[in-house]
Amino acid sequence: MILMKNVYKKYPNGIVAANGINVEIDKGEFIYVVGPSGAGKSTFIKMMYREERPTSGEILINGINLATLKTKRVPYLRRQIGVVFQDFKLLPRLSVYDNVAFALEVIEETPINIRKRVMEVLELVGLKQKARMLPTELSGGEQQRVSIARALVNVPAVIIADEPTGNLDPETSWDIMNLFEEVNRRGTTVIMATHNKEIVNTIRHRVIAIEGGLIVRDEYGGDYGYES
Amino acid sequence: MKARTLGRHFRESIKSLGRNSWMSFASASAVTVTLLLVGVFVMIMMNLNKVADDLETDVEIKVLVELTADETMTAQLEQDINKVKGIESVVYSTKEAELEDLIKDFGKNMGLSEQNNPLRAAFYVKASDPQETGKVAERIDNLANTYSVEYGEGEIEKLFSFLNLARNVGLGLILALLFTAMFLISNTIRITIVARRREIEIMKLVGATNWFIRIPFILEGMWIGILGAILPITLVTMLYYNLYNVVQPYLVGELFSLLPLTPFLYQVNGLILLMGIFIGVWGSFMSVRKFLRV
Repeated sequence: MILMKNVYKKYPNGIVAANGINVEIDKGEFIYVVGPSGAGKSTFIKMMYREERPTSGEILINGINLATLKTKRVPYLRRQIGVVFQDFKLLPRLSVYDNVAFALEVIEETPINIRKRVMEVLELVGLKQKARMLPTELSGGEQQRVSIARALVNVPAVIIADEPTGNLDPETSWDIMNLFEEVNRRGTTVIMATHNKEIVNTIRHRVIAIEGGLIVRDEYGGDYGYES
Repeated sequence: MKARTLGRHFRESIKSLGRNSWMSFASASAVTVTLLLVGVFVMIMMNLNKVADDLETDVEIKVLVELTADETMTAQLEQDINKVKGIESVVYSTKEAELEDLIKDFGKNMGLSEQNNPLRAAFYVKASDPQETGKVAERIDNLANTYSVEYGEGEIEKLFSFLNLARNVGLGLILALLFTAMFLISNTIRITIVARRREIEIMKLVGATNWFIRIPFILEGMWIGILGAILPITLVTMLYYNLYNVVQPYLVGELFSLLPLTPFLYQVNGLILLMGIFIGVWGSFMSVRKFLRV
């Protein structure tokens, strides 16, 4: 469902962040993207949801070519992709419920469907009881759950997470990982950039290692491979 | 777009006004100052125009007929005048009528009588374009059997050139003011947008279209424009109402008058409101543009 062919990305300041990346990711896979800082991990991730555009090469997601996708069509691509960040990116003035509902309001979903869907995902992430609270009243792990709920609420085919456990303590990180596991079991593709060696070595999945803008390793059930 | 979404945009824009109440207040004040100046300018300019128009319609050429001209020659002259380019109307006045007018204006005690009438018959000519009066008068002067051709020579040209200058300067000033206001507003709205950058970023990530993001800001700009127009509308109304009541009595019997209150105040206030809305909408449109390029 995701296909990258000879993807090359050079930033205006001359840094080459992708130097001919070829990769194929199937539906329902769980993938760790690992590598040292500044190796091109973030660019690799950002190109998938069209935050960055490749300088050359092809990126196909569900048959849509992101290299030629018109800027006007980008919102419709993003509706098929859920994105989760290290810093959660929640709106501090909105309640947990409203933060999640926001993703559906924005795509003009009907109020009845919004209510139904939001309660479903809040149940999935275990925050149904805290729907009326503000993000600041929640722990870091709970905030990350809210952001995962928001990413899931419009039923995306793929979840892209950029170091989702980066700001969390080890125990909470395991909770979040269990949630991603559950999401993956339900059929959603998960692509996760991470620095967490323990997680990668314990919950085994396909590992893609990026260094110097190239995929240097791609193995199923591989380990983290770096000293963290 | 769905009506429900539009309702959401309206609620959002009003909420945002309240959240950034100080910023909204600052922007609305900028609009207020500009619209007040524009309003006063428009008030002055429209009245100057009115005065100019009044004076223009009063401008006529008086063509005096030679004493030697008999009836057929006078009739011929009338035909000739009618053939001159740029004529709107020609009215003939016999020398008896001229005398009556004079007596009406100055009373009987001037020693003039119908037996001893020293006046000449006259044609009163209006040019279709009052600004062309001078040229038309010259053309008529060349016709046969005219004794003299009179119009406010020199004076009228001076008045017209002054009014033209005033119009152009006023228009230039209004445009410059508008430009300044838009610049000010787009800057102030940019600050509210910076404060909501995160929100925009998230909206883009979850797949909001650009118009969906833009509309609440544009509506917010519209509210600011409307709020900013309230004070100018009130002040301009009060100002003109008083001015009219004080000045107009002195102008009775003059050749010109001020614009009457009823259509004029609606026009000026409507213009102020529309301008406020336009400035606000344009200002937010310009500042939101930058933040949508991701």
